[in-house]
Amino acid sequence: MQLMLVTISIPVSITQMRKCLLITFCAFALTPAGQAEPSPGLPEQIAIIQAVGTEGMGNKEAAAAFQKLSHAEPSSLLPLLKAVEPSNAIARNWLRSAIEVIVERATTEGRPLPLDALRDFLNDREQSPEARRLAFELMLTIDRDTTEGMIPSFIDDPSNELRRDAVSQILVRAKKQLADSDEAAAQTYRQALDAARDVDQIQEIAKAFTEMGLEIDLQKHFGFLTNWKVVGPFHNLERAGFAERFAPEENLKLDATYTGKESEVTWQPLSTSDPYGKVDLNKPYGKLKEVTAYAYHEFDSGKTQEVELRLGCKNAWKLWLNGELVFGRDEYHRGQRIDQYKMPVTLQKGLNSILLKLCQNEQKQDWTVQWEFQLRVCDSTGTAVLATNRPAPNSSK
Amino acid sequence: MNTLITSTTTVILWILANACASAEWHRFRGPEGNGYVPGNSELVTELGKPTTAWTAPLPGRGLGSAIIIGDKVFVSAASGPEQNKLLILCFSDRDGSELWRRSFWATGRTMCHKKTCVAAPTPTTDGKYLYVLWSSNDLVAVDLEGNLKWMRGLTLDYPNASNSLGMSSSPIIADNTLVAQVENDSESFAAGFDLQTGVNRWKIDRPKMANWTSPVTMQMDGKVIVALQSGKGVMGISPSTGSKLWNFSNGAATIPSGAAAGDTLIIPSRGITAVKPNPLGGEPVSLWNQKTQKPATASPLIMEDVIYFTNSAGVLTAADRKTGKRLWRIRMKGPFSGSPVACQNGHLYFFNEEGLGQVVNITGDIGEVVSEFDLGETILATPSISRNSLYVRSDQTLWKFSAKKE
Repeated sequence: MQLMLVTISIPVSITQMRKCLLITFCAFALTPAGQAEPSPGLPEQIAIIQAVGTEGMGNKEAAAAFQKLSHAEPSSLLPLLKAVEPSNAIARNWLRSAIEVIVERATTEGRPLPLDALRDFLNDREQSPEARRLAFELMLTIDRDTTEGMIPSFIDDPSNELRRDAVSQILVRAKKQLADSDEAAAQTYRQALDAARDVDQIQEIAKAFTEMGLEIDLQKHFGFLTNWKVVGPFHNLERAGFAERFAPEENLKLDATYTGKESEVTWQPLSTSDPYGKVDLNKPYGKLKEVTAYAYHEFDSGKTQEVELRLGCKNAWKLWLNGELVFGRDEYHRGQRIDQYKMPVTLQKGLNSILLKLCQNEQKQDWTVQWEFQLRVCDSTGTAVLATNRPAPNSSK
Repeated sequence: MNTLITSTTTVILWILANACASAEWHRFRGPEGNGYVPGNSELVTELGKPTTAWTAPLPGRGLGSAIIIGDKVFVSAASGPEQNKLLILCFSDRDGSELWRRSFWATGRTMCHKKTCVAAPTPTTDGKYLYVLWSSNDLVAVDLEGNLKWMRGLTLDYPNASNSLGMSSSPIIADNTLVAQVENDSESFAAGFDLQTGVNRWKIDRPKMANWTSPVTMQMDGKVIVALQSGKGVMGISPSTGSKLWNFSNGAATIPSGAAAGDTLIIPSRGITAVKPNPLGGEPVSLWNQKTQKPATASPLIMEDVIYFTNSAGVLTAADRKTGKRLWRIRMKGPFSGSPVACQNGHLYFFNEEGLGQVVNITGDIGEVVSEFDLGETILATPSISRNSLYVRSDQTLWKFSAKKE
C-alpha cells in the first residue's frame, strides 16, 4: 500500500536530492538585479532541509540549518519561497517556518521586505500554490490596499486559497444583486460557480441557485462518476471481508457469475441522481449488514494525464485503478464528506478501469445504515476532469 | 538564635510557597495530568469582568488547553475552511499581546466532526521546547521563541493512522520521551519520540478502535510510568521503551481519560474503577469499583483524597479516593466537554459547553457554586492554572483571570 495522502513524495534518494539542489541554485540565479544578495550558504542550508524524510530522518541536521536560515537577510525570502515547490511536505514546513522567522526579525528591526520580488513570485503561477499564498500574505503586511486590489485577478488561479478570495468577493456582489435582480444575481453566481473549487463555496452557490429556482449540474461541476456496475453481496463476517480477495478482485469479468454471500451474484448497473454523486448500495441490495460489494466504472481519458481520484466513504474500502491497488482503509462509520480521501494517480489514454470494494460492518445503530460512496475525478485544484464517455446529465436520472 | 531559626524557616517557607504559587501548567490537566496543581492559593474565586486580566483574539479554532511557561502563554489552533493551516500562538502573560505565531501546512487528514476541531490535543513542554500535536497527526517541536526544532507528519509515515471524526489525545513527556497515542480504527499505535530529534524511540501497536483518551503518568515502584487507556482497558508501559508492565483488561472509556495520584489510577471503566499496579505484572490490583458513578466527556479530577467528576446530566460528584464512596453531589449547569481543574484554594473550576464558567467552593460539607460568569462563546477546552491565574480558550478567544487586573 503506498502513501496517497499528498501529491508530493518525500525525496530521499541521492538523485532527488541533487534535483532539489539544482532547482535551489537556479532560484538564486533568478534573484532580481539590484537586490541585496541572499545570505551566504543559503543553498546548502536549503538542501539540508529538503533532505528531511520519513520518520524524522534529517530533523537534526535540518534544525542546525534552520538556525542559520533564521538569521538570513530578507533578500533570502525569494530563494526560500522558490524552494518550496520541489520540496516534500515536511521540508515545505521547515521552509515556511524559516520564512516566518526571517520576516518576524526584519519587521522587529524595521527592515523592509522585498515587495517587488514577492509580487513577481506571486504572479508566477508555476510556483507552489501554497508558497504563493504565503507571499500574498506577506505582501498584505507591507501594502494591504494594493495587495487586496490583486484579488479579482485570482479568479482562475491554481492556488485554491487565492481563488477562494476572488470567489468570496463575487459572492458578496451576487448577494447584493439579489435585492434588485434575480437575473443579474444568477449571472454573477454563475461566474462564481465557474471559478469556485472549495466545497463550501460551491454549496453556498448551489443553495442560491435552488432558491432562485434555477438548475445546476453539480455532478458535472465536481466530476462525480455517476454510472457504475455493481456486484454483491459477498460476506464481511467479523470484518474479514476487507482482507479477503473475493472473485471480482481475482478475475474481473463483467459477464461473470460469482458465488456471493447467500446466492450467485452478477454485475448490474447502478446510477445515481444525487447532486453530490452519492451511490447508495442499500438501494439494490437492501440494508444489509456484514457484507461486501464491488463497484466498477470505465473512465475514458482523452489523454494520459495526472489526476486525483477523490473519494468520500464511511465504510471500509479499497480502490484499484487499472488493476493496481491505489489505497484502502478499514474504518467504519466515522463520517463521510466530499474529497475525504485524495489520491493522485495517472490516467492512461483511453479506457481506465476503476474498481471499488465497499465493506459494510455489523453495527446496528441508525447512523451505521449507510453503505455508499461518492467518487470524482479532478485535477489537483479540484477542477473536474470529465471522461470522454461521460453520459449526458439526464441519462443518469 | 531563635530569631535566626525563625527567619530562616520563614524564608524557606516563603520560597516553598512561592515555588508552589509559580507552578506552571505544562500539559493537559496540569503537572500531574489529574486536573490539580498545588499552590495558587490566591487564585481568584470570583469570575467576571473585574477579574478578567485580559482577553486575546485567536485566529483559528482549537480546544487544546493553554500552556504556561514563565511569562508566556501558548495555544495551538487551526484555520482555513478545512482547518489545514496549523498554528502555534505565543502570548505575553503580562498583557495578552501576541508575541509570535508559527504556521504549518497540515500533512495529514483534517476531517473531523463539527463539534471538535483539528487543534484538539493540548500541547506539552519540558520547559525548553513546546511539543504540539494536531488531529492531522502533525507533530512539531519549537523552542520558546518559535524556532522549529523538528517536525513529524505521522500520517505521512503511517498513512492509515487517522480518525474521520478527529483525534484529540494529548501527548505527554515522561522519562525524556514524548509519548503519544495515535489510536483509531485502522492503523492504531502509540509511540515514544526522542525529545531532541523527533525520531521514534519506540512504537507499539494498539487496539484497532477509535480512542480519544490521553496518556497518564503515574508511579510504580518509585518510577514514573505511563498508562495508556483504550476501549480494551489500560496498559502500563515504560515510557522510555514502550514495554508493557501490566495490563488492565476490563475495558475502559474512550473519551474521558483516567487520572492518577501516586500509584493509584482512577479509570473510567464499568462506572469508575481504582487500581494499583501489580509490581509482578499482569492485572493490576483492583482497589474499588463504583458501577453507578460514570464520568461523561470530562475526565475526573483528583485533589488530594477526593475525586471529582461530572456525569452526562451535569451532576458533580465528590467521592473518597480510597474507597470510591460518594461524599456529596450537586447539580451543575452542563454539559461539559472540558475537564474541571483545581488548586490549593478550596475551589473547583468548570466551564460548560455554552461558555458558563462556574466556581465551586468545596470547603464545606457539600460543594457550593459561588461564582458564575458567562463567556458568551462555546467552550470545549479544559482550563489551565498558573501563578494564581486561570486561563481558558474558545475557538475565538483566550481569557486570563486574575485577582487583580495587571
